[in-house]
This record gives sequence, C-alpha cells and structure tokens, in this order.
Amino acid sequence: MENIAFGLIVAITLGSALMVVMTQQLLYSAIALLFTLFGVAGLYIFMWADFMAGVQIVIYIGGILVLLIFGIMLTNKISSVNISHTSLQRRVGAVITLGVLGFLIPMITNTSWLQLSSEEPAQTADSIGRLLMMEYLLPFEVASLLLLGALIGAAMLSRNTN
Amino acid sequence: MDNLQTYLYISAILFSLGLYGVITRRNGIAVLMGVELILNSANINFVAFARFGGMNFSGQVFALFVIIMAAAEAAVALAIIINVFNNLDTVNIDDARELKL
Amino acid sequence: MTGDMLINYALGILFFPLISFIILIFVGKRLPRQGDVVGIGTIILTLILSLAMFGSMLLSHDPGFRHEASFTWIDLGDFEIRLGFLIDNITIIMLLVVSLISTMTHIFSTKYMEGDIRYSRYYAYLGLFTFSMNGIVLANNLVSLYIFWELVGVSSYLLIGHWFEKDSAADASKKAFLTNRVGDIGFFIGLMLVFTALGTFNYAEVFEGVAKGAISGTLLTFAGIGLFMGAVGKSSQFPLHIWLPDAMEGPTPVSALMHAATMVAAGVYLSVRLFPLFTPEALLFIAYTGGFTAIFAATIAITQNDIKKVLAYSTISQLGYMILAVGTGAYVAGFFHLVTHAMFKACLFYGSGSVIHAMHHALHNLKDHDTDPQDMRNMGGFKSKMPITYWTMLVATLAISGVPLFSGFLSKDAILAGTLSFASHHPQHFLLPVFGFSAALITAFYMFRLIFMTFHNQPKLPNVYSDIHESPKPMVFPLILLSSLSVFIFYTLPYFNPLSDHGWFMELIKAKDSMVPGSPSAHDIAEGMHHSHTLTMILSILVASLGILLSWAVYIKNSVSADNWSKRLDLYYNLSLNKYYFDENYNKYLYQPFLRLANRVSYIDWDLYDKYFINGFGHITKWLSSVTGRIDYDGLDQTIVDGLGRSMGKAGSSLKEIQTGRLQNYMLFALFGVIIIIIFQSF
Repeated sequence: MENIAFGLIVAITLGSALMVVMTQQLLYSAIALLFTLFGVAGLYIFMWADFMAGVQIVIYIGGILVLLIFGIMLTNKISSVNISHTSLQRRVGAVITLGVLGFLIPMITNTSWLQLSSEEPAQTADSIGRLLMMEYLLPFEVASLLLLGALIGAAMLSRNTN
Repeated sequence: MDNLQTYLYISAILFSLGLYGVITRRNGIAVLMGVELILNSANINFVAFARFGGMNFSGQVFALFVIIMAAAEAAVALAIIINVFNNLDTVNIDDARELKL
Repeated sequence: MTGDMLINYALGILFFPLISFIILIFVGKRLPRQGDVVGIGTIILTLILSLAMFGSMLLSHDPGFRHEASFTWIDLGDFEIRLGFLIDNITIIMLLVVSLISTMTHIFSTKYMEGDIRYSRYYAYLGLFTFSMNGIVLANNLVSLYIFWELVGVSSYLLIGHWFEKDSAADASKKAFLTNRVGDIGFFIGLMLVFTALGTFNYAEVFEGVAKGAISGTLLTFAGIGLFMGAVGKSSQFPLHIWLPDAMEGPTPVSALMHAATMVAAGVYLSVRLFPLFTPEALLFIAYTGGFTAIFAATIAITQNDIKKVLAYSTISQLGYMILAVGTGAYVAGFFHLVTHAMFKACLFYGSGSVIHAMHHALHNLKDHDTDPQDMRNMGGFKSKMPITYWTMLVATLAISGVPLFSGFLSKDAILAGTLSFASHHPQHFLLPVFGFSAALITAFYMFRLIFMTFHNQPKLPNVYSDIHESPKPMVFPLILLSSLSVFIFYTLPYFNPLSDHGWFMELIKAKDSMVPGSPSAHDIAEGMHHSHTLTMILSILVASLGILLSWAVYIKNSVSADNWSKRLDLYYNLSLNKYYFDENYNKYLYQPFLRLANRVSYIDWDLYDKYFINGFGHITKWLSSVTGRIDYDGLDQTIVDGLGRSMGKAGSSLKEIQTGRLQNYMLFALFGVIIIIIFQSF
C-alpha cells in the first residue's frame, strides 16, 4: 500500500514536471507545476519531514505559484485564449540535459552513500524551531533581511515609473 | 522507498527537467518555473540527506532557507519580467537582446 | 574752502554729468519724460557746486590761489604717469562757465528738442560732453587733458550727428571729427616732445623744466606749435576752421553750448594754460594765426545768409581774437574774452535757436517743407512778434560789437590794447592790430546786419510772419539770463566804470611770466597795455560805431545798396560767399590726391603684392601640402595604419557572431563547458 502510494506520488511528481517543461500552454505548465509541488510535498512526508511538507504547500503553492499565475495573467492579454509559449534549441537542450543526467545517474549509482539508521521523530517543528533560534539564528535574520530587500526591490522594479 | 538513492534519482530527474526548461523555454515565466523545479530537486536532496543522515534537522533548515530564497527570487524575477514586458511588450527572453551589440 | 573740500566738489562737478550719461544711455527711454529730469537734475547739482567754488574764490580773493591733487595712474618703475586735478582761479571760472552754459542748454532743450526721436540720448550726450569738458578744465597734466580732449571730440561728433538721418549732418559730424584729428596729431607730437624732453606731463613740472632750460630753442618752439595745433583744430582756427560752420547741422542748443561757448574755447583754454611754455617765435605764430583767423572769418560772415552760419563764422572770428590775445602775451585778456564771449555768443545762439524754432513751427503749420527756416532772407520784422528774443539778442549783439556798457567792450578792448602794445614794441608786426581793429569793424557790421535782416524791415514772407510767436518760457529764460550777464557790471564789480576792465576778474586772474628765458615779463606786457589803453578805447568805439552805422545805412536806410556793392565787388563777393572756396580746394588739392595715392597704394598692395607674392606663396604651399598629403594618406595611412585597424575590425566582427544576445545560448555554452570539465575530471 505504502509502495503503491509512493510510486503514485513519484509518478505524479515526475510526470507533471515533464508536462511543465513540455506543454505548449503556459497555464497548463502552471497547473502541472502545482501537481509537481504537491508531489514534492508528498515526498517530504515520506522522508518524515511533515513540517517541510506544510511549508512547501503554504509557501510554494500558496505563494510562489499564485505569484507565477499572476505574472502570467499580467503579461498576457485576457482575451487571448491560448496563452501559448514555444520552445527553442530543443534538440541541443535535450542533448545537454541528457548529458548532465547521464553523468548524475552513474554517479548516484556508483557512490557508496553513508546511511545512518534513525527513528521517526515524534515532532519535527520543535527541533527545527530550536535549530533556527539557536544554531542558525544569524542566517535566519539574514534571510529576513533578504526577504525585506526582495520586497522593496520587487516593489521598486514593478512600480509604474510614469 | 527507504533508500537514499531512490530520492537522489528522483531529484536528478527533476533537476534535468528543470534544466531543460530553463534552456529551452522562451517565455520568462516558464523559465522561472524551470528554476523552481531545480530548487525543488535541491530541496529533495537536502531533506533526503537529513532523513538518511541520522535524522539531522539541519538539512531541513537549509531546505527552509532555500524555500525562503525561492520566494524572494520569484518575487524579484516576476518584477523584472513585468518590467521587461512593460518596456518591450513581450516576455520572451530571446527578444530581450539588449546584451547584443 | 579747504583743499579736500575743493577736491570733493571738483569730483562732484566732474562725475555728476557722467552719472547722468550712464543712466540716460542705458535706461533713459524708460524714465518719465524720457529722463531729461535726470540730466537737468545732475547739471543743476553741478552748477550749484561750481557756484559754491566760485563764491569761495570771490570771498578769499586770492590771485595766487592754487590747489593740486593727483594720484598715480601708471607706475612702471622709473616711468610714472600721475593724473590729477589743478584748481586755481582760471579753473573755477571755467567750471562755472561750462556748468552755467550747460545748464542753460539743458533747460533750453526741453522745449527746443521736444518730441525728438532721440530725446533721451540727446540728454545723455549732453551729460557726456559736460563731463569731458569739465575734465579738460580740471586736468593738471597733459595726459588727462588729452584724454578729455578726445572725449570732447567724441561728444561733439555724436551731437553734431544727432540727426544722422540727414546726410549733411552725418557728413558734418565726420568732417568735424576728422578735421579735429589733424590738429590732434600736432597736439600729440607736442605732447611727446615735451615728455621726451622733460619726462613729465604735469603742468607745473613742465614749466619748471622749461624755466631750467631742459627744453629750449627750436625744439621748444616746435613743441609749443605742436600743442597749439590742438587748439587750432579744436578752436577752429585757420586753416582747420572748415569744420565749425558745418557743425551747425547739429541742434542749435548744442551749437550754443559746444560750438560757441565751451568746446571751441577749449583750444583757447589750452593756450592760456600752456602760455608760460611758448617761446616768442611760437607766440608770434599763434598771434598771426589768431589775427588772420579773426579778420578772415569776419569777411566770410558778411555774405552768409544762414543765420547760424553767420554766428559760426563770428565764433571763429572771436576765437581768433582770443588766440591773438594769447599770441601777443595778453592772455588774460584772451581768457577774459573767452568768458564774456561764452555768455553773449551762447545768448546769440539761443536767440537764433528761438527764431529758427518759431520759423520752423510757422512753416510746419503751413506745410511748407522747402523753405529754409534758417535763411535770413526769409525773415524780417520779427521785432514785434518776438520782443524778448529781439531785445536779448540786441544786447548780445551790442556786446559782441564792442559797444561800451557791455562786457564785450571790456574784453575786446583788452585784447586790442594787447595788440597795440605788442605792435608798439615790435613795429614790424603792425598787421596784428590792423587785423584786430578791422575785424572789430566787420564784426559790428555783420552782427547788426543779422539783427536788421531778422528783426527789422518788412517781413519777406508775410504768411509765415503772421504765424511767428515768441518762444516758450524754458527757451526765453536762458536768453534773459545770458543777456543780462553780457552787461559790463558783472565783470567790473566792485567798480562801476564801464570803460575800464578793472574789476574782480582782472584782480583774481593775474598774468604769469613766461617761463621761457628772454620773454617779456607779465609786468611789461601789462604796462604796455595800460599805456595803449586810451588809444585803443577811442579806436574801438570808433570802429564799432562805424560798423553799426554802415550796417544801418545799408540795411535800414537803404542809402547804400548791398546789391550794387556786391556786383561792384563781384570777385570778392563770390569769394566770401563761397568761403574762399576752402572746401573745394581742400577737396581738389588734398582729399582727391590723397584718395588717388591711397588707390595707387592699395593697387600695389592688393593687385601686385598680394596677388603675386602672398597668393603665390599660398599656391606653392597648397601644392606641396597636397603632395605630402597624398603620400601620407594614400601611402602610410591606407596600408599601415588603416590596414592594421581593418584587420582587427575583421577579426572582431567574425568573433562577434558568437555573441547572440540570447541568455539561454550563453547558459548552454556554460553547461557545455561544465560537461567538458566533468569529462576531463572523470579521466
């Protein structure tokens, strides 16, 4: 049962990811990305990272994806039904991509990965919270500054100068 | 399923798809989607290494930072794309060829 | 009055008119009444300051009064030029004369120039003139004198050419300026002779040098004659007299101010100032120039019909008198005549201005633009229509004719006494008093001719006559004031003897000895004048009466016909009427040969020298440069310099193809590189 669910999730993730980069309709790409992100969230759950799964859904799907859809809407005329987008240099891109993949797969296969056994934790948010507030306090604060900068920068860039 | 390599394979495939998207797509937003795929594949790696490295939460924290960064990146990138659209009336990045003399 | 105060007053007198000039020339048109109030206001201030100085001079009653202040203008080590003021009694009297006549002109002009298109500019130029004339008077050295001398020339040029739309006015202004230039060259030569010999321009130092004999003999004579040439030009003496009659093209008040009373007197003033440095030879030259001018101009004046031309020649003649006085050593008499002449001649000019103004208006009302409003043959009988003008002009005419009770008698008498005394010492120069007395006779004749033709007899043009009116108050006021100042009493106070020039003037202005060794002393000259005084008086009253009677006989009684006489003396009459053909002869024998010479020279310069020599050089250079240019451009540049550049350009443009401007291409290249690195890494 678990294996079936895992296989389904992997299939959804990779299939929809393929659709994201292949489909001719931009909006379909966005919808497919939704499924990919959901799939990744499912994979997090399989990796005992329930907090990360929640964050993935809230930030990626609730935030970034909505942002992307807004971007699509703002940069295309509503009246044009087919918000199509074409691709270029497909063949060269495929070759290069397969070349990278052809390097990665043997590497993953051939490497003897260190694997430590561990128990499923009762809760993850607690530990992540401790780490953020203690060990990674400085990066955390820097991240908040980054977000502030991005906020101001995005507002600056997209503001109507006229 | 309880194997690190499974996740690494998934991540590698996701990364390749993202890379393909980034290289081939003409629409800026689609390129951005490819970037999101790459970031997600990296996140899967982080979380997977945390899961199979003795349940080390630091990996998850890093994944969290990546998500934060992705959010910021998406906001700025979209702002840039909208700016490009306002100026050039297109979001096709091969039309924005100001770099060429 | 203390020295500092005097200098302050002098500064005020000098610069108030300049301020007026600056204001009027820049913003005059925008001021109320076109700014004439500014001009009049400043000139009245100047007059008040001059009067204050004059009053203090009378009170202190010091003939030897003298104050000098100067500052360094140019200091180049050993070479130093100092400018400054010299204030003595002559200066103060001259300042008063200039300010007074200038004020009168300003007031007179408010009506005379009313409605003129360049009204404010006219007042600005009057300010400039007053400034420069006061500058001449106040100068204590030859350099600043020369500077202001030229400035006066400029303002004269500007004012004669005030109506420059008229060709005659434009030509007259140029003629005046250029003729003055001839005299000024002499002036400048004299200036430089003095400076090279003595190394100073200051009057007092120059006189000191002359007294020491640092410059003497022929050189000093030439220096003196050179300096006197300036006076010949400015005071319109023979043979440079030709500009003054033409200068009458300017507005009449200007003629009164500059070409009768003050500017032309600057030459006399110069001669008076520099009297101590003239050698006896130079003085003789001066005396003959003046004497000849006096009689010569008078003979022209007889036949002129233009009222202003008569006055112009009369002015030349009277200036000749003053110069004659300087030449005979009686320079105080010359200066005295300058002052009295300024008053009555200005009055005569204002009178003629008043008449012309009336004529002009009458003709204007008749829409008659062909009749000359200045021609005396169109006048006659104005006495009843313009009583004030008539009586004031009559007074001035009596003064100029040398009738007792009037100022002209005193000053003329002094001059004639000077000539008589000179001739009694030097019998070979008997011509000088002859010139003097016959000029006096002719003066009386033609001045009364002017009065009779203008104001007496039957009107020649009855319809014009019926429209003649007395001039408005601002024009009549200067007439009354100046004619009153032509009465003897103002010059002889505190004495009341109309037959003697003894008075404050002669007490305050004492003749100085000439600095040239061997000259007669001032005392000797005065003594001589005193001895010949009675004879002179009798003779001058005689010639004046004779002249007036003759004029009366010809123009009132008609017992002697002017026409008959003019026919009988046909040759002489034509000579006089045409001013002895001076302009024509100057043109024929001076200007035309000069023009031909200039043409010849310009032909040599342009057609020969330039064409063949200069242009030839140019052609050769051009040809040479085209050859070297070809070598340089086609040879060197094309193959080496440009060749290098071109090959670089080709390499660059072929490499340029790689740069597509597509971001994704760049990324592809980068990834390609990554893969190559990985491949290399794995081996």
